[in-house]
Amino acid sequence: MATDQQTESSSAQQSASFRLKAGLFPLTLVEVLRLDRVIFEQDLKEKVAQAPAFFQQTAVILSFDEQCTGDMPLAELIEVSRHYGLIPVVMRGGKKSLQQEALACGLALMPEGKNKATKLEEINTSPEPVAAEPKVSPEPEPEPAESDADAVPMLTDAIIPPSNPNRVITRPIRSGQQVYSKGGDLIVLAAVSAGAEILADGNIHVYGPLRGRALAGVQGDENARIFCHSLEAELISIAGDFQISEDLRGKWWKKAVQISRTGDQSLKIQELS
Amino acid sequence: MAKIIVVTSGKGGVGKTTTSAAISSGLAMRGHKTAVIDFDIGLRNLDIIMNCERRVVYDFVNVINNEAQLHQALIKDKRVENLYILPASQTRDKDALSKNGVERVLNELANDGFEYIICDSPAGIEHGAFMALYFADIAIVVANPEVSSVRDSDRILGILQSKSRKAEEGERVEEFLVLTRYSPERVARGEMLGVEDVEEILATKLLAVIPESESVLKASNQGIPVIHDKDSVAGQAYSDAVARLVGENKEHRFIALESKGIFQRLFGRKG
Repeated sequence: MATDQQTESSSAQQSASFRLKAGLFPLTLVEVLRLDRVIFEQDLKEKVAQAPAFFQQTAVILSFDEQCTGDMPLAELIEVSRHYGLIPVVMRGGKKSLQQEALACGLALMPEGKNKATKLEEINTSPEPVAAEPKVSPEPEPEPAESDADAVPMLTDAIIPPSNPNRVITRPIRSGQQVYSKGGDLIVLAAVSAGAEILADGNIHVYGPLRGRALAGVQGDENARIFCHSLEAELISIAGDFQISEDLRGKWWKKAVQISRTGDQSLKIQELS
Repeated sequence: MAKIIVVTSGKGGVGKTTTSAAISSGLAMRGHKTAVIDFDIGLRNLDIIMNCERRVVYDFVNVINNEAQLHQALIKDKRVENLYILPASQTRDKDALSKNGVERVLNELANDGFEYIICDSPAGIEHGAFMALYFADIAIVVANPEVSSVRDSDRILGILQSKSRKAEEGERVEEFLVLTRYSPERVARGEMLGVEDVEEILATKLLAVIPESESVLKASNQGIPVIHDKDSVAGQAYSDAVARLVGENKEHRFIALESKGIFQRLFGRKG
């Protein structure tokens, strides 16, 4: 995660090998309710099946409260989590003995202080992304890992100021490319070609023709919206509800529009004026 | 510094090799020392279009495998000074190309004083095409005015800007579009994508529009790059392309529908 926060504009004292910087990042809390290997693994497996996109080497905080039962060693919990693409980096709360285990496993400890916890949750667009997963329909399920090689170099085009999870892309997104803005909005200042796929946990803005697939709120944020200068998309989706090109070729085709999700789980398209 | 130019398209049969032959000949005719490499291992035909098929002794793969020296494999063009062809192997497959091997050959050419190195890419987005584009400074993307070709070009542009060496170093490959087999008449009839449509979809700089012309097929069968045919519109269009490539400002021709004169109407249009 630390590499994400490097930007050119810092007045931090220059030392030869590193710079210290402050950064705020949305992290997901995994509230462990029962330390039982069989049940935990089974539950986690189910979650992965529902939303493989989320479980891509995602850093998480393990959170324990007093009510946590079971006797699975923490090392095992971490092993299972890693196996399914979650990387625990910090432990919050927990009994003394558990904290000892956490230190032994190389996790950092975070005080249970409510203050800090709520702050973290506020930053996150959906406080419990994992809980929101079931709303992501399996049909247009994103798989960012597959084209990470495609997407990663695009980072050179992206401007990521510290504590801004949004992603800005200034170049056309071509057929076959996939760009994902994790934890924030995706802003594209060029065309999105047919055959390209753009995804965001938050909103999607395309200041050019949108010809590919656009999926906003992929972690289940139903308030996410899609804005584009010219609607020519193959597919649009908000929190799992989607429409394909065939349905879109009506009065909004090639118009500047915004797309939002209505209460009855359908998509609403409105002209931008 | 040698400039490495890849001629690529994604789709096959759109005119990559014709374009490679024409552009490399055109650069050499302007006095630039130029090499053109056939990356289409196993399906070589640059040597046929350049009419040096019968002089192939060693090939690109031999040089990569250290079975021959570069100067042994380079074939000097008979028409233009300063132009050399490095033919592909017909008996191997594309896996014979290694990144290190290709880089070594390109470096050797650059050290020999070559100003331009044209890499004629095979079709597809597999290993061979990837090897041809990886080291490119400039990409000439060849497309026909039809949707599937334009879509494939879009894909290859995406690969260029994400997987090439320049992209890995955080830079950009300079990209140009060459639109071949263009027919203003058919565009006017709505049967073909127009230049504006293609430019709009690909959002990239237009290097040239090569009009559909019988002279292209004739040139390829005779083994004379079409740029040598000064009377043909395709040859003229490629000359313009070379001029623009080296930085000259030339207005685009052969895009609009020309009203035919009385003689043209009587005698038909000379390709």
